[in-house]
Amino acid sequence: MSTILEEDSVTIEEHPISPFIRTDRMPHIWCPTCGIGTVVKCYATALAQSGIDLDKVSIVSGIGCTGRVAGYMKLDGFHATHGRAVPFATGLKLGRPELLVTVFSGDGDLVGIGGNHFIHAARRNMDLLVILVNNFIYGMTGGQNAATTPLTAKSSTMPFGNFERPFNLPHLAACCGATYVARWTSLHIRRMTKSFKEAIQRKGFRFIEVITPCATLYARLNKLGSGLDLMRFYHDNAEIRHGADTRELDIEFQDKIICGKFIDEERPTFLDMMHEHYGKTLGDKYVPMPPEGGWIHE
Amino acid sequence: MKADPAGVLTGTHYLDGDFACGEGAMAAGCRFVAGYPITPSTEVVERIARRFPRMGGIFIQMEDELASMAAVIGASWTGTKSMTVTSGPGFSLMMENIGLAAMMETPCVVVNVQRGGPSTGLPTMVGQADMMQARWGSHGDYAVIAISPCSPQEAFNFTIDAFNLSEIYRVPVLVMMDECVGHMTEKVIIPPAEAIDVVPRRLTAKPPGEFLPYRRNGNSVPEFARAGDGYRFHTTGLTHDERGYPVMSAECQDRCVRGIVDKIRLNADKIVRYEEEEIEGAEVVVVTYGITARVARMGVDMARQHGIKVGVLRLVVVWPFPEKRIRELASKIRAFVVPEINYGQIVLEVERCAAGKAAAIPVSHMGGGVHDPNDIFRAISEAAK
Repeated sequence: MSTILEEDSVTIEEHPISPFIRTDRMPHIWCPTCGIGTVVKCYATALAQSGIDLDKVSIVSGIGCTGRVAGYMKLDGFHATHGRAVPFATGLKLGRPELLVTVFSGDGDLVGIGGNHFIHAARRNMDLLVILVNNFIYGMTGGQNAATTPLTAKSSTMPFGNFERPFNLPHLAACCGATYVARWTSLHIRRMTKSFKEAIQRKGFRFIEVITPCATLYARLNKLGSGLDLMRFYHDNAEIRHGADTRELDIEFQDKIICGKFIDEERPTFLDMMHEHYGKTLGDKYVPMPPEGGWIHE
Repeated sequence: MKADPAGVLTGTHYLDGDFACGEGAMAAGCRFVAGYPITPSTEVVERIARRFPRMGGIFIQMEDELASMAAVIGASWTGTKSMTVTSGPGFSLMMENIGLAAMMETPCVVVNVQRGGPSTGLPTMVGQADMMQARWGSHGDYAVIAISPCSPQEAFNFTIDAFNLSEIYRVPVLVMMDECVGHMTEKVIIPPAEAIDVVPRRLTAKPPGEFLPYRRNGNSVPEFARAGDGYRFHTTGLTHDERGYPVMSAECQDRCVRGIVDKIRLNADKIVRYEEEEIEGAEVVVVTYGITARVARMGVDMARQHGIKVGVLRLVVVWPFPEKRIRELASKIRAFVVPEINYGQIVLEVERCAAGKAAAIPVSHMGGGVHDPNDIFRAISEAAK
């Protein structure tokens, strides 16, 4: 039973993360029960708790449902081309090394069309925090098969079920050299926030996958019920196994989801390696890019 | 302002066009270059990779040209002047993000050292067949500026001009070199830093609360804020309003597209640049650019020896195209002769502007070499009949 309250009897409080959101852009485009908003909230909370100077935080997205995050967060936000968020972010970071650059995008964007950029940025240990929302499908375009669709799951372009082996993303990131690798579902609000906070404080290529299957298309095509049913599924089937062997993190259709922090190590970043190497080979002649960037002015 | 001396290698040098282009970029204040190796352009970034660590610049070799162009746009949003360098096949891959740069109004420079195409074509040999791609290669309506050097000295000078134009108009500027100019070695004079004018990235003076990243008056260029200065702005490849927010409507599309096209189209008189020679009283005008401008010279001289009144219009800025000038000349002369190392590209533009008042005669060379000047001479003679 719901009750309708009179407007003057309601105290309107500001949402705790509204300072991080372009509230003039609300309502957002995400479907009811979609997990992307939850991931945004966790990231905003982590930024707030980390105490970082928000003027120095840039966020880059590609194209797709998660690609809209860069436009909804009140940070310097760049909505780039499909698949190119990581190289765009690479340019931002190298153009002004003092920035914290976060890439916030979906599976189709980052490891489908953008897969090549993803592996190379990890190989270079480019100083980027990469948050990947994995919805198992191409959501914005109507539920087509993705590089992450579990075997046998139905998609609009695999109407009889997917027969392509999907990526195991934490393993892919770890193999290519990521220094921080974690996976959560959108149910793991507290742990995900902690992971984001930890990753904000680390350096190098940090990769966090958040599982949140598309509640509209993936769930409907596979008869998985509502968004709430998906949450129940995470609750019953997510297993936290910190430090698990990343080879064992495949996601099978409607099977358990191994979550946790798998990699957390320190290795010199692209910029660290560059400074050290040029310092060694060029000595005094080496002039590093200043932290505030290469902006030339009078 | 004047150039930062750290990037200026003052002196008299013996350089090829690719090296000279790299020196031009560094003199112009470029401090970020992302690129992917491709013949015949790679020497530009090799030069830069060697010199950048001594002047606070960063060169990164990306995984492909898609990434290179994306990184250049990202870096430019920090206020750091940025460039990438490629040839035909890489230019095709860059088209996606050249469109993004145009849409986001990002100052940047793209050098294309043209080789024979299509596809892999003639990797080590000359072509000029990317001229239309330079103008129209990315999808949708947008505008760019393209400049075409014909010597290593011009590769140096015009690369500086390209950076300056990209800053003034917040637009990708394409340096349309060709393999001959890129690999030709000649004397290049690099003046002292205080003799080189560079346009710095001009940042908005407005405080964050009042700044709108895409507000413009008429055909003006919006003010710029760089990432990390507290403006917390948004920019997108989607159709956007003056706040930079996506708006999916025909009205916003109209404003957005007119904005990015008209700032070039309606300022074309200030951007267009060409050189003329013996145009007065000419019956025939040779319209030419890049290496072909130098080859055409011999054909023109031969025609003059035969008493033909022939003038030359050399395009320095190819896009925007000097429509007005071609239109004026068309009513005075008999024909334009347009030698190009392609199957007829800029000649189509000449024909359009001549609008039937004068003939536009192509002299096509498919690439892999330059024209035989006799072919140009013959075309001029035919045209003068």
